[in-house]
Amino acid sequence: MPKHDTPMMDQLESGPWPSFVKDLKIQAEKNDQCWDILGQMELSYKDKITHWKHGGIVGVFGYGGGVIGRYSDSPKQFPGVAHFHTVRLNQPSSKFYSTDLLRKICDMWEKRGSGMTNMHGSTGDLVLLGTTTDQLEPIFWDATHELGMDLGGSGGNLRTPSCCLGKARCEWSCYDTQAACHDMTMTYQDEVHRPAFPYKFKIKFSGCPNDCVAAIARSDMSVIGNWKDDIRIDQAAVQEYIKGNYPPNGGSYSGRDWGKFSIQKEVIKLCPTECMWMEGDELKIDNSECTRCMHCINVMPRALRPGVQTGATICMGAKAPILDGAQIGTMIVPFIEMTPAEGGEVSGGFQELVEYIEKAWDWWMEEGKNRERIGESMQRIGLPTFLKVMEVDVIPQHVKEPRSNPYVFWKSEEVPGGFERDVRAFRKKHAQ
Amino acid sequence: MGYDPANPMQDRITDIGPPHYEQFFPNVIKENYGKWLYHEITQPGVLKHVSESGAECHTVRVGCARLISVSLIRDYCDIADKHCDGIMRWTTRNNVEFMVDSAAKVQPLLDDLAAHGQMPVGGTGAGITNIVHTQGWVHCHTPATDASGVVKAVMDDLFEHFTSMQMPAQVRVALACCLNMCGAVHCSDIAILGVHRKPPMVDHDAIGGLCELPLAIAACPLGAVKPKKATLENGEEIKSVTVNEDRCMFCGNCYTMCPAMPLADDEGDGIAILVGGKISNSRTAPKFSKMVIPFLPNTPPRWTETVAAVRNIIDVYAKDARKYERVGEWAERIGWEKFFEKCNIPFTDKSIDDYRLAYNTWRCTTQFKYTSHIK
Repeated sequence: MPKHDTPMMDQLESGPWPSFVKDLKIQAEKNDQCWDILGQMELSYKDKITHWKHGGIVGVFGYGGGVIGRYSDSPKQFPGVAHFHTVRLNQPSSKFYSTDLLRKICDMWEKRGSGMTNMHGSTGDLVLLGTTTDQLEPIFWDATHELGMDLGGSGGNLRTPSCCLGKARCEWSCYDTQAACHDMTMTYQDEVHRPAFPYKFKIKFSGCPNDCVAAIARSDMSVIGNWKDDIRIDQAAVQEYIKGNYPPNGGSYSGRDWGKFSIQKEVIKLCPTECMWMEGDELKIDNSECTRCMHCINVMPRALRPGVQTGATICMGAKAPILDGAQIGTMIVPFIEMTPAEGGEVSGGFQELVEYIEKAWDWWMEEGKNRERIGESMQRIGLPTFLKVMEVDVIPQHVKEPRSNPYVFWKSEEVPGGFERDVRAFRKKHAQ
Repeated sequence: MGYDPANPMQDRITDIGPPHYEQFFPNVIKENYGKWLYHEITQPGVLKHVSESGAECHTVRVGCARLISVSLIRDYCDIADKHCDGIMRWTTRNNVEFMVDSAAKVQPLLDDLAAHGQMPVGGTGAGITNIVHTQGWVHCHTPATDASGVVKAVMDDLFEHFTSMQMPAQVRVALACCLNMCGAVHCSDIAILGVHRKPPMVDHDAIGGLCELPLAIAACPLGAVKPKKATLENGEEIKSVTVNEDRCMFCGNCYTMCPAMPLADDEGDGIAILVGGKISNSRTAPKFSKMVIPFLPNTPPRWTETVAAVRNIIDVYAKDARKYERVGEWAERIGWEKFFEKCNIPFTDKSIDDYRLAYNTWRCTTQFKYTSHIK
C-alpha cells in the first residue's frame, strides 16, 4: 500500500502529547495498511464525516460477540482497510500484564492484523483494531491456544466486566475487586460470548465510593465497595496533618500554594453530614451520621481508613443517554458481603452477588424490550416493582425523597375488600 | 500446528475467559496484596504506596494515546523489562503505569521515559489526566466528530496540567464522538460530545435491502419516523419511511437500526461541551454533566474552537473555585448563571432541557443572582 498525502494528519505529529499519527507511521513501516488508515482518516478530516460503512456481521464460530465488523466506504482508494474488523480480547482484571504476554500479543497482531490497538476500549477490553474476515478464526485460535486469552463481549450480552485495581495497590478497597471481576467473568462465560439479552449489560467493580472505574455512571450493575462500621482513626497521624508534617490528599495539591492546612476548613467543614469535630486534640466522628463519602479519608489517608466490616453496595441502571436520557445507578442493595470462593478457586464465590445478578437478568430477559437497557426497564416499569423482583426490603435509602404526587398504584390485595365491587349495591346508597 | 481451516473444530478451545490477573503482579504487589496502608504523590505522575509491612511500591504514570501500535507497546515492554521485572499495567483512563519497589529505582525509570519522547509522566492529583475517549473517524461508523485528533489537540493545549497539580481538584475530561457515548461522558467534569444537527436522510433506493422498517420506526424515541410509500426513479413504488423533522432530536438511533437513514454531515455535525459531572461520591453525590455550549464546528486537524472552549472553562475554574471543589460543585455553589457569566459563555435556549425529566432542571424559586443576563 502506498503512502498518501496527509497534511492534516501530519499536523497532529506536533505538540507535547503522544501522537497517534507518529505512532501509525512507525507501524506502517511494518503493516502497510496503516498508510490506508492515515489516508482514510485524512479524507474524513477533509470531508468531516466518517468513511466507515454501517455495521457488518462477522465473528468466530460458536460465539455471538467479540468481533465488530467494519468495512471502508472507499475500498478502492484504501484497499488496506477495505475489511477492517475489530477484535475485543477480554483483559485480565485491572489490566496488569507481563511483557511476555504483551509481546506475544504484539507478534500475533502484527502478523494477523494492522498492528494497531486500543489500550483499552471503554468497557475494558484490549481492542485489536483492523483485520480481515479470513484472519478471525486464526486469531481466535492463537488467542486461546498461544496467548491464553479469550474474546470479550459485544452486542446484547454481558459485556466484559471490569474493575479498579483494588487491594493490589490501594488502601481503600473494601473488597477484592479483581477476584470478583475475574470470578463473575468466568462464571458467566456463556453470557459474555452468546448474546441472549435484550441489550448490553455491564458490570463494574469499584473498591470504594471514590469509584475509579466509574461504575455508577457506566454499568448496568455497579458493585461499589462500602463498609458498615466505624472509620478507623490514627489520632497521632491526625496531629501530623494538623502540624503540616503530612501532605493533605497524599500530596495531590502540592503544585500550588493553598496556604497552611486547616483541618476545620478542609475536612470538618466539608463533611456533608457535619458528623466530625475536634475535642481537644482528638478528632471525633459520629459514625452513625456518616454517609461514607470518602472526603475526609481522601484528605488524610494516613490518619483515616475505612472500617473493617466491609462489603459492597449495589447500584443499578446506569447508562449513557441513548435513548431515554443518561442515568446514574440507583442504589438497590445497601450492603452485601463480598466473599471470594473458598480454597483459592477462581469462580464459584460471591454468592450473594450472584443471586442479585440472576434475579435481575431473569426479570429483564422476560420484561425488557428489544434494545432496552435494564435502567430503562426499571424506569418504565417502576422502582417499586424492580425492588420486588430483586427481593429487597423497601427502605427510605432507595429514594432521595418520597414521591410528591399521590398516584399510588394500589393493588387489589392491599385494599380491604379488594377491587371487586357491586355497582348496584353502591347505587342503593348513592343514586346517580 | 495452528488453525486448520479444513478442520475448524479440531482442538478448539472456547470460554477460557481472561488470563488470571495474579500471574501479572509485580512481587511487591503480590506480597502486599490487601496490606496497603497509605499513599502519597511524591511528584506529579509518581505515586508511593506504603504497606503495613513497610514495603513500598513506587508507580510512574505515563500518558498514552489509547490508539497505539504494537511498536509502541514493545517500547513500553522494553522499559518494563529494564526497570520493572517485566510487568506493567494500564489504568482505566488509558494511562500506562510502571511500578518499582524502591525510591532509588524511580529516577532511572523517569530518565528512560523522558528519553523516549512519547511517554509523558503525569496525570496524578489535582491536575488534568488523560481524556477517556471513543474511536471517532479512525474506526467508528456513527461518529459526529473524530476522537483521537480532538483528544490530541486538547491534550496538547492542556499538557501543562497533565504534568502539574495546580487545579482546585482533579479535572476529568472525556470525549464521546456521538450520543451513543461509548465513552460514557455524561458524568465528567468536562465532556466533549459529538452531536448531529441535521435529521436523517432516507435512502429509498437502499432501504428495502438494508432495513427492517418496523425496527427503524420503533427506533425513534419521539415517534418521528413513520411509514410512507416512496417512488423510485424507475417508477417502482416501495414501502419506506419518512421523518418528521420538527420532532427529530438527532440522536441517530434510527441510523443505528437502519443504515439507509444516514445523518452525518460536514456542517451539521460538530461538538457540544457539557460540564460539571462527577463520578466520585466524595462530598456530593455523583452528578451529570450539563450542556453549556450546544455546538462548535468540526475544524480538523486542531479543533481550535473546542480547544479554546475547554481551555477557557479550565482557566476560569482554576482561578475561581475553592480547594477540593470539582467543576460541578463550583458551578452549583456560585450558581449556573454565574458560571455562564464568569466563563463568558452565551446562555441560549439550547441549554434549557425540553426532553424527558426536563422539569427537574427548571428553577422553581425566587432565589437567583442578578447577573448580566438580566437586563
